[in-house]
Amino acid sequence: MSLLEVKNLKKSFGRIEVLKGINVSLNEGETLSIIGPSGGGKTTFLRCCNLLEIPTEGKITVGDHLIYYSNDGEKLSDDELRERRRHFGLVFQNFNLFPQYTALQNVALAPTLQKMGTPDEIEDRCIGILARVGLSDRLNNYPHQLSGGQQQRVAIARALALSPEILFFDEPTSALDPELTGEVLKVIRQLAEEKTTMVIVTHEMSFARQVSTKVCFIADGVVAEEGTPEKVFDHPENERMIAFLGKLNAR
Amino acid sequence: MFQTVIAALNQGFVKSLEVFYLTLLGAIPLGLIISLGAMGKLKLLKGIIKVLVWVIRGTPLMLQLLVIYYGPGLIFGNNIWGSGSDGRFTAAMIAFILNYACYFSEIFRGGIEGVPKGQQEAGEVLGLTKSQIFFKITLLQVIKRIIPPMGNEIITLVKDTSLVRVIAVYEIMWEGQAFIKSDGIIWPLFFTGVFYLLFNGLLTLLFGWLEKKLDYFKV
Ligand SMILES: Nc1ncnc2c1ncn2[C@@H]1O[C@H](COP(=O)(O)OP(=O)(O)OP(=O)(O)O)[C@@H](O)[C@H]1O
Ligand SMILES: [Mg+2]
Repeated sequence: MSLLEVKNLKKSFGRIEVLKGINVSLNEGETLSIIGPSGGGKTTFLRCCNLLEIPTEGKITVGDHLIYYSNDGEKLSDDELRERRRHFGLVFQNFNLFPQYTALQNVALAPTLQKMGTPDEIEDRCIGILARVGLSDRLNNYPHQLSGGQQQRVAIARALALSPEILFFDEPTSALDPELTGEVLKVIRQLAEEKTTMVIVTHEMSFARQVSTKVCFIADGVVAEEGTPEKVFDHPENERMIAFLGKLNAR
Repeated sequence: MFQTVIAALNQGFVKSLEVFYLTLLGAIPLGLIISLGAMGKLKLLKGIIKVLVWVIRGTPLMLQLLVIYYGPGLIFGNNIWGSGSDGRFTAAMIAFILNYACYFSEIFRGGIEGVPKGQQEAGEVLGLTKSQIFFKITLLQVIKRIIPPMGNEIITLVKDTSLVRVIAVYEIMWEGQAFIKSDGIIWPLFFTGVFYLLFNGLLTLLFGWLEKKLDYFKV
């Protein structure tokens, strides 16, 4: 059975329907890349999964846990929202590190507030996570003292510290200078090899092809093409996907 | 003579200080409440606050003092402030607190709205509660943002305290000026400047120190 199930997810802002019925399912340990043209609804999809936006319609489940179901019709309380978000981690395009905290404090903040252990245990664990993303020598630096690539790796560590079941990334490298994207992609690739379940919105096609077990092409609020990287990139059937690839190749 | 002058000026300065700290004590919480109202969801309240802030910031504080002190008597034929110095002082404090609360509210609003939305969202996806997000993430960033404008405003307040003399609250400049009539000397009036300079010098140092304290991070 799949870990993440998204069924007929719709989201409107006012009169504009941005997501028009998205269906996605993902098995544990898989890496899903989401690609597609600008404005297609990729970010909105991630934000709906993380309940930063409340969907208009549809159902989201993780394993046996219900994340969202429009037919419930109830307005979720803040506590309920937090409980449901626990299954997910989200890494933002522009990092959103907390500027007043060091790298280590950024990673340790949420586990500490959620009393996930003694202060010493939490610190040790967070130092270990920062080591995994290659930042052992940057524990006590503040965000403004770090490069974009280092900041994004801290943000990944911060999300990992809560051991989410599924980790979402929204264009994790598109705010970075080209020479810094490599170090972030390397970390994500390593997570994929360790079988972390991930959903990655990306414009890095060669990366998507290498790391993903599955690719979704979202355009105009629907999944227009999906499948293995080989199928989506080498044998696309959908017209828009073909046009999208054509434009990329022309560049 | 010098000692007489200094004693009189000291007495006036104590009054000025009272106006100063009571204004801060009242205007900071009131300003916070006004800023929360301005950012809230109630349309009517937002509208009222907008007009209030516009009127208060768009007219001289001196005029507001006069209106608040003389207004009730002229309009309702009923001087609610009584005839004593206490009543005049209360009227002065209400004018000052209202005026500064409006200025502070705009500073607070700018400080709070200046924190990027992403900070709160990052807190939310990390499972923090609303109050954890406010106290552990937003608050210090807001404080860092508002310290420079608050410093300016508070130094202006020190100088503005001299306005209360228009409704005969005897602050330091009133005391200094009194020597012109009584002894024909003008230097005590000028000497009040030393008090202002010293006090504002101290405040400048304090705010400089605070800014430095929060220099370890950038927003
Ligand atoms: N809060 C909002 N209010 C109104 N419209 C919104 C809002 N958020 C997104 N939209 C609209 O939804 C559409 C999809 O936006 P979204 O950010 O999900 O696209 P995207 O696929 O992530 O694009 P990009 O590749 O540029 O990041 C856009 O037309 C956008 O203007
Ligand atoms: Mg996007």
